[in-house]
Amino acid sequence: MSVDRTIANLEGTAALPRKNGELVFQAPWEGRAFGLAVVLNQKGAYPWNDFRVRLIEQIATGRPDYYENWLGALEALLVDRGLVSRDDLRRRAAEYQTLRRDPVF
Amino acid sequence: MSDQHHPEAPSDVEARTLALESLLREKGVLTSEDVDRVISAYEQDIGPMIGAHLVARAWVDPAYRQRLLHDAPSAVRELGYEYRADTRLVVIPNEPGVHNMVVCTLCSCYPWMVLGLPPTWYKSAPYRSRAVREPRAVLAELGLQLPDAMAINVWDSSSEVRYMILPERPPGTEGWTEEALAAIVTRDCMIGVARPQAPALTGAPR
Repeated sequence: MSVDRTIANLEGTAALPRKNGELVFQAPWEGRAFGLAVVLNQKGAYPWNDFRVRLIEQIATGRPDYYENWLGALEALLVDRGLVSRDDLRRRAAEYQTLRRDPVF
Repeated sequence: MSDQHHPEAPSDVEARTLALESLLREKGVLTSEDVDRVISAYEQDIGPMIGAHLVARAWVDPAYRQRLLHDAPSAVRELGYEYRADTRLVVIPNEPGVHNMVVCTLCSCYPWMVLGLPPTWYKSAPYRSRAVREPRAVLAELGLQLPDAMAINVWDSSSEVRYMILPERPPGTEGWTEEALAAIVTRDCMIGVARPQAPALTGAPR
C-alpha cells in the first residue's frame, strides 16, 4: 500500500497531527530543490548518503541559507555524477535570470 | 489578463533551481509532476502523522511497543506504511526519570519517513550546536521545563541511523482510543522537545 493511499484513508481525529505538520518552505524554489533531490534518489540516481555528504560540506562553509546549501550540494553531486554539466547549468540559469527563458513552467 | 503581467526576473537561487529542473526534465530523468508529488507528500501527507500512529499504537498495545523498539522499520510496515530501507530508524522510549531528545549536529538528518520534514529550528545552527552541550537550557527555551532530577539523553542522528522518540503516555488518557491518542502526539514530542499533554475536557465541571 502506498503512503499516499494510506494517508488518504485516515480521517477524523487520526488526521489531526497534520495540523502540526508545519513543513514550511519559505519560497517555492526551496520546495522544488527539496523535491528534486528526493525524486532523483528515489529514481536511483544516487544513494542518499552521497547527497548528505555534500550537504554537510556545503553547510560547513558557514553560508547560513539552508536551502541554498541544499541546492549547492545537489548541483555538485549531479555534476560529479555526469547528469548535468556546470556549463549547461550556468548557461541555463543565466537564461532564466535575464528572462530569455520563461521562468513559469 | 491585463497588460501588467510581466514576470519578475528570478533570483540567483531561483534561476539555478529552474535550470536544474529544466535540464533534468529535458534529459528525461524526471518530470515536474514527479517533483510536485514528492513536495505534496512531504508537505501535507507524511507530516508527523505516521509517527503519531506508531506512538498511539505502542501506547495501547505493549507487544507492538516491543516490536517498535526492537525493529522500527518492520513496525512501520506492519501498520501499512512504506519504509525504504536505506536508513535505519531507531525508536528511543522516554522512561520515568529519563527524557530523550534528537538532534543532528552535522546537518539535518531527521526521520522524514515518519515525521515529514524537519521544522526550521531543527536545522538551525544554534539548535545543532547547543542541543548536545546544554540540552536543559535549549528545552527550556523551547518551552519544556524539566525537573533537575530528570536525566536527559541527546541522540545525534547520522546518515545510518535516524532517531524518533517514543514519549510516555500522559496521565488522564486512560481508556482513550488509538485515534484520540494519536491526536495529542505532536511532531515536537517525537523529536523530544515537548511532552504530550492530555487536554482538559472542554466544558467539564471543575
